[in-house]
Amino acid sequence: MSEVPSELKYTESHEWLRVGDDGLITIGISDHAQALLGDLVFVELPEPGTEFVAGDECCVVESVKAASDVYMPISGEVVEVNESLVDEPEMINSSPYDNGWLFKVKPSANELDELMDADAYLAEIEE
Amino acid sequence: MSNKTILFDKHVEYKGKIVDFAGWQMPVNYGSQMDEHHQVRKDAGMFDVSHMVIVDLRAENESATIKGFLQYLLANDVAKLKDSGKALYSCMLNENGGVIDDLIVYYLSDDWYRIVINAGTREKDLAWINKQAAAFKVSVKECDDLAMIAVQGPNARAKAFEVLPLDVVEAASPLKRFFGADCGDWFVGRTGYTGEDGFEIMLPESEAVALWDKLAGAGIKPCGLGARDTLRLEAGMNLYGSDMTEQTSPLISGLSWTIAWQPQGRDFIGRSALESEKAEGVQQKLVGLVLEDRGVLRGHQKVILENAEGERVGEGEITSGSFSPSLQKSIALARVPIDIGKTCKVEIRGKLLNAAVVKPVFVRDGQAL
Repeated sequence: MSEVPSELKYTESHEWLRVGDDGLITIGISDHAQALLGDLVFVELPEPGTEFVAGDECCVVESVKAASDVYMPISGEVVEVNESLVDEPEMINSSPYDNGWLFKVKPSANELDELMDADAYLAEIEE
Repeated sequence: MSNKTILFDKHVEYKGKIVDFAGWQMPVNYGSQMDEHHQVRKDAGMFDVSHMVIVDLRAENESATIKGFLQYLLANDVAKLKDSGKALYSCMLNENGGVIDDLIVYYLSDDWYRIVINAGTREKDLAWINKQAAAFKVSVKECDDLAMIAVQGPNARAKAFEVLPLDVVEAASPLKRFFGADCGDWFVGRTGYTGEDGFEIMLPESEAVALWDKLAGAGIKPCGLGARDTLRLEAGMNLYGSDMTEQTSPLISGLSWTIAWQPQGRDFIGRSALESEKAEGVQQKLVGLVLEDRGVLRGHQKVILENAEGERVGEGEITSGSFSPSLQKSIALARVPIDIGKTCKVEIRGKLLNAAVVKPVFVRDGQAL
């Protein structure tokens, strides 16, 4: 059974979003996604300063098995990436919602309402 | 994906993550591919390989010659098999020298050989073998009532012997590597696909579930096809369909050692095509790559050869690649121009990363090579 924290927003492609007090949005992949991928061994993070449009491929996570794209859930500029994943990509497996965060985005539009809440995401992955 | 092995319910019970593999519902892991990989390198693990195809070849009458048939069917020469139980790895080629499948053949007696072929090539292999067998009066019978469990790892032998039936232990314990022995309805080969010592146990399906539980009880942990793939890649063992296909000959697939050219008079299927390929000059070879930069090598990535001035002088392609849990680096098998040097580049998502070119064996018997 996957963990789906109630305070986060989610996408159909299994990213999660947390809105910070500073207005920045932290993004990662869900517990469900890390379980599907298996043991992660490499992460290719976006360059800070890069602007993305919602839906862009922005990051790659690779498990022993396969490489998977991470899609930008909202439009905006990447302002910070989780450099510690370079040496410890397995933190995405052990702590997908905390130490395993991928990057932070300064949003350029208000698109959060278009994303799923925890209940909707839970229904999505239980299908 | 409707096929299930007799052990399917066990895979679900042991929390296997089930995926489709060549039309079979098989466990890719039971939680962590990485842990299962290390389990086999350091201790003992077991794999359900019942989806693989066991075929018995027997003489239909006194004029039949299975040896003659296999000498024609296979690129390696079963004449090397002089002692009962000895196994041989070989490619089965088409007329163009392309690989229809790779297989293991056990010599049990002049009237009985057993071969093990891949699940994904079952139909075409059986059709091909049957077609060639007719002229030799050899009967081809698939043993679809047998399950197969591979126990692999440095402690696999000792742990398996704790729970195997005594007569099977007696049959298995004197076996040298790459030998097998039958024991009633059971058959044990000291073979595998991991680069570690161990056995492949064939047994009646009706007894397989009980054996699985006993082996697990002896501390041999269930391992999925994911770990099987990283283990075989580290061991430098080819995967059919990736590292060689009907479009590639053994000569460019790292399998020249499996072609028996002597005696010259032995006519095997594909021989004349291989001889032509050799006479024209073999242009490619299969090598190992170790990625020096961060990233993961995967099948179909482009390999780029550069000269001392950094100019592109050739290209190749990765046939199998993965992260190596034992080496904690990414490794691959790649088909490249024959004159490749000690380093190359690999193109991953538009970036050129550095890789070392090595012999295609990375880990054997727990040791990094």
